[in-house]
Amino acid sequence: MISVKRVTGLSLALCAGLCVALPAFAAAVEGPVEKQATNWPAIGMFIAFVLMTLVITYRAAARTRSAADFYAAGGGITGFQNGLAIAGDYMSAASFLGISGLVFSSGFDGLIYSVGWLVGWPIVLFLIAERLRNLGKFTFADVASFRLDQTWIRILSAIGTFTVVAFYLIAQMVGAGKLIQLLFGLQYLWAVIIVGTLMIIYVAFGGMKATTWVQIIKAFLLLFGATLIAFLVLWRYNFSPAELFGAATKVHPKGISIMGPGNLVSDPVSAISLGLALMFGTAGLPHILMRFFTVADAQAARKSVFYATGFIGYFYILTFIIGFGAITFLMSDPSYFKDGTVAVANLKGGTNMAAVQLANATGGPYLLGFISAVAFATILAVVAGLTLAAASAVSHDLYASVIARGRASEQSEVTISKLAALAIGILAIYLGYIFENINVAFMVGLAFAVAASVNFPVLLMSIFWRGTTTLGAFVGGMLGLISSVAGVVLSKAVWVSTLGYKEAIFPYDNPALFSMPIAFIGIWLFSKLDSSKRAELEERAFDAQFIRSETGIGAATANVH
Amino acid sequence: MQQDSHTWMSEHPKFQELVRSRSRFAWTLSWIMLLIYQGFILLVAFAKGFLATPIGDGVITIGILIGLGVIVSAFLLTGIYVWVANNRFDEINRELIKEVATR
Repeated sequence: MISVKRVTGLSLALCAGLCVALPAFAAAVEGPVEKQATNWPAIGMFIAFVLMTLVITYRAAARTRSAADFYAAGGGITGFQNGLAIAGDYMSAASFLGISGLVFSSGFDGLIYSVGWLVGWPIVLFLIAERLRNLGKFTFADVASFRLDQTWIRILSAIGTFTVVAFYLIAQMVGAGKLIQLLFGLQYLWAVIIVGTLMIIYVAFGGMKATTWVQIIKAFLLLFGATLIAFLVLWRYNFSPAELFGAATKVHPKGISIMGPGNLVSDPVSAISLGLALMFGTAGLPHILMRFFTVADAQAARKSVFYATGFIGYFYILTFIIGFGAITFLMSDPSYFKDGTVAVANLKGGTNMAAVQLANATGGPYLLGFISAVAFATILAVVAGLTLAAASAVSHDLYASVIARGRASEQSEVTISKLAALAIGILAIYLGYIFENINVAFMVGLAFAVAASVNFPVLLMSIFWRGTTTLGAFVGGMLGLISSVAGVVLSKAVWVSTLGYKEAIFPYDNPALFSMPIAFIGIWLFSKLDSSKRAELEERAFDAQFIRSETGIGAATANVH
Repeated sequence: MQQDSHTWMSEHPKFQELVRSRSRFAWTLSWIMLLIYQGFILLVAFAKGFLATPIGDGVITIGILIGLGVIVSAFLLTGIYVWVANNRFDEINRELIKEVATR
């Protein structure tokens, strides 16, 4: 019998992936969602944000004519701007509310997650960013198929993109609906429709230009808001972290134990596997990889990762301070807790609301409204980036290269992309609606596992290994896809918690430790076995690709009109 | 570029030096990041007591410093790479491109 477990909190949707990875966490952050009273300052600030982004979209639409404008913002984004936009694309509401909530409930354990979300960035810089910019034009499939067969590799890349985007997007839509329900007192369905409609407008009309600026503004607002709360917290403790931590251990029910690891990591194999998925999955996220085509050259791509790593790392340190601030400010005031009983599970709105409640405690209803609006803006920027990546895979990879075999006009390609954005947006609203009461927590973990087991190995091997052939890349990539999806479906999070079977078939929480080697070995083995004429030509074409990827000679300049 | 210029470039000592030194550097840094992070995870799994040890007589523990240290190390490693790339690799690359143009 299939039993669909009712999700009792936005926690599960929000902390998506994190919880699933380590089930102990799920229990720690569960809390019922109650529809809150309508929050007018928050709605006012949110409307101001939406109006601003619509003006930007309108202006971007007027200047979006060519395919380069639509996919790559005309290549005119600077390294610094792209660094902010990447940070805006990556810092989701899950990391802001979920991690600060986890720090609020268990202290140190929150740090384990924030570290995991950051360490993928150096890998993106060292191995991928510059070479990607040198070889590609609009999507990462441009790079993977540089010397391999256009049809097969673009189909594989599109499947990888759709799988990653679908799981990531559903998790974001469900999280958004619950969050908005909680923050603004709107109905779930309306919340999902508003998010879906806005993301369609940004992407279909403004393309990459509008999406980039939405992400930049959101990153700025989120960093500003988080800095402000952290500042107000530290101010009370004379800017001494030691005083803040000391005060937190006095009021937290777990006392001094919040300063060390709890029981978050109980199964080392699962933890290492999740670690691999996070570390290498980042380098396979299609919406992140696309951002490197918006800058002028490899140098700017390199700088943008440096800035992004700085912003994201700084942000995670802030969430740590915010989580501890929530402990000291909220736990000393029973009015933030149900029935006035101070306990982690009793926090009004659930532990994921720790940062939002702290905004109220440190800055009153206007800071609360501002942070709520920022949380919503955060979701919008992330879903817009995902939608653009999927729409580009439809138009640039499937339509222009596979169906029209390179004979499509630029205009028809962009039109297809806009229609795809519309279709994906409507589908996302529908999926968000039907998944409302289903545990979607495993989906972000799955998205990272698939990105690390399909997109990353194919990209890395085609860039670095001369021997990679179309057969090897396609079969290896598909094996990575099948093993990572199967690993998640057969794991406890889906097989037991969602589908209701008694025992998990796959014993670990994340498949990356197994599916990544399967993909790499698959690519290697089937390339070796491939003795076709095509394979020989592909190996011979490696020199030209290698020279361009290392030196940038012949690289596409995105701003050709 | 034509086949002969590919051969010319592939066999150019400067190109070979660029590729060799840059990829050795990039892979070394990648391994360092992987070891730092997985080392941290292993400490969390197997050395909980060590991480929970307070420093001096305060409440801040070794674990907090190590955790924040991993975040800072990620930023520093990217900074080191960008610095070396800006100052060393870009220069060799510019010289190569100049040689191609005048060839």
